[in-house]
Amino acid sequence: MIERAASSTESRRSKWSVKDFFLSKKVVPYVFVSPFIISFLLLFLYPLISGVVMSFQTILPGQTTFIGMSNYERIFNPTFFKALSNTTVYVILTTVILTILPMVLATMLNSKFVRFSNIFRASLFIPALTSTIVAGVVFRLMFGESESSLANTVVGFFGVEPLEWKFGAATGMFLMVLLCTWKWLGVNILYFMAGLANVPKELYEAAEMDGAGILNKFRHITLPMLKPITVYVVTITIIAGFRMYEESYVFWPEGSPGNIGLTIVGYIYQQGFRMNDLGFGAAIGVVLMLIIFIISILQLSLSGALKKGE
Amino acid sequence: MLARDRLLTTIVTAAIALIAILALFPLFSLMLSSLRPSSELMRNGITLSVPFDQLNLNNYTYIFTEAGNYWSWYMNSIMISAATIILCLFFSSMVGYALAVYDFKGNRFIFILVLLILMVPFEILMLPLYQLMIGLQMIDTYLAVILPMMVAPIAVFFFRQYASGLPKDLMESARMDGCTEYGIFFRIMAPLMLPSFAAMAILQGLSSWNNFLWPLVVLRSNTMFTLPVGLATLLTPYGNNYDILIAGSVMTILPVVILFLFFQRYFIEGLTVGGVKG
Repeated sequence: MIERAASSTESRRSKWSVKDFFLSKKVVPYVFVSPFIISFLLLFLYPLISGVVMSFQTILPGQTTFIGMSNYERIFNPTFFKALSNTTVYVILTTVILTILPMVLATMLNSKFVRFSNIFRASLFIPALTSTIVAGVVFRLMFGESESSLANTVVGFFGVEPLEWKFGAATGMFLMVLLCTWKWLGVNILYFMAGLANVPKELYEAAEMDGAGILNKFRHITLPMLKPITVYVVTITIIAGFRMYEESYVFWPEGSPGNIGLTIVGYIYQQGFRMNDLGFGAAIGVVLMLIIFIISILQLSLSGALKKGE
Repeated sequence: MLARDRLLTTIVTAAIALIAILALFPLFSLMLSSLRPSSELMRNGITLSVPFDQLNLNNYTYIFTEAGNYWSWYMNSIMISAATIILCLFFSSMVGYALAVYDFKGNRFIFILVLLILMVPFEILMLPLYQLMIGLQMIDTYLAVILPMMVAPIAVFFFRQYASGLPKDLMESARMDGCTEYGIFFRIMAPLMLPSFAAMAILQGLSSWNNFLWPLVVLRSNTMFTLPVGLATLLTPYGNNYDILIAGSVMTILPVVILFLFFQRYFIEGLTVGGVKG
């Protein structure tokens, strides 16, 4: 088999050198990683640079002019600050809820005090399979304005007057946070359960011998042992929060009243695509990138990852 | 002590069960709503009391007989997801594998680039990428949707982790037998990486199936839309399309949930990739 291969290549000597090049030990790894290098250059580095360049331009079909900093001077307007504050509130709420709730639920699911834990784990995971748009369809219908809508019936039990959910700032934010929590709770539970699986059982046994109660064990063993996974979950939730758009789009496809649902990515979309102001949209993108960059650095230094050189 | 444990078990199980029911409730109501007359659903929304006497399959009859572009969207979603899975797995596994098994100049640098891309949100690159797609004349094509997903950093990361656990002596002996490096990957190592392919196929397939913003940006004509983009066009305040919207939503989720019931393990592995530190 080898001999045959060798003789056939010898007979086609002209092609042999090219083939030899691609088969050489030195070149092979680069052939393997070439798809990444190409996609990095074309679909990451190039757009990244051209995004920064675009942010200094006005872009009209067939006519691009450099306008210096004026896109950035325009950014700091009330609409942008509305988008920024909406996004920040959303990030804070989702991060707190999607860290504490899954941590507690994972601890419960992991304890010996729960039956059918596999079924519950799977049921809690299923929302993560749905598209936010589809899920939003249901949430829109459940949180309708009519007196008989499900949500208004439920708040009615507590003596609250029917609410116009999609038309108030607080209830609008509630809808977006609820949709996000519903979708990602099960995934974050799995992260924490993976973290809990790494906690040595002996620690709990030793604590039990010292007479530690459930809450004490949670505070002094579970919490510190879950620190790495908590840092990870907080990081991905914050970054996902700053990227949020769909949760807002599905409630207000045509834009929200008083911009109660406007997010930073929503503002990029609105300015870049709806208003066709690509340069201004790119400038908002650069600002968003800076925000995420600062948060990532903070995160890494807080978790001590930078010191270890990871 | 034992009685206390039993009480605790009842309380904890009941609490979790309640939350699990709340998690499944929206999907359950979606299914139930798809059986309600769309005009009635439009008027009342989802209510606590269900009009059982009015339930019927009319929305489904409608969607299977004359549903506008719904089945085009379905077809587009299937094609785009399938192409994304195949291309992304092919390219990402090659890259991840090479980063794991070969010691070459730039290996570490490339890995750092992978982690860097992982941290930069796609939305930031969206406008310049859109410009690029216009330049490449790819607007309103499948390729525009697929191209940015072709090499996924998260998949490269995962394949790298997985491949570094593979036995290296297998590679050595294959080399002795005269197998080329490509042969080693495609015939020996890739089959060993099969479980990781399953997890990544599910992750990439699911994110492609549910992807919204990028297809919304690059697809123009209604017949080219994917399911989420198409369904979103039906979110009008007038609700004149509720029949397609609701039944169509059920049909969008159903295949995914069915796959989940069969391949739970790979779904869980695929969707929690980042948490696996190693």
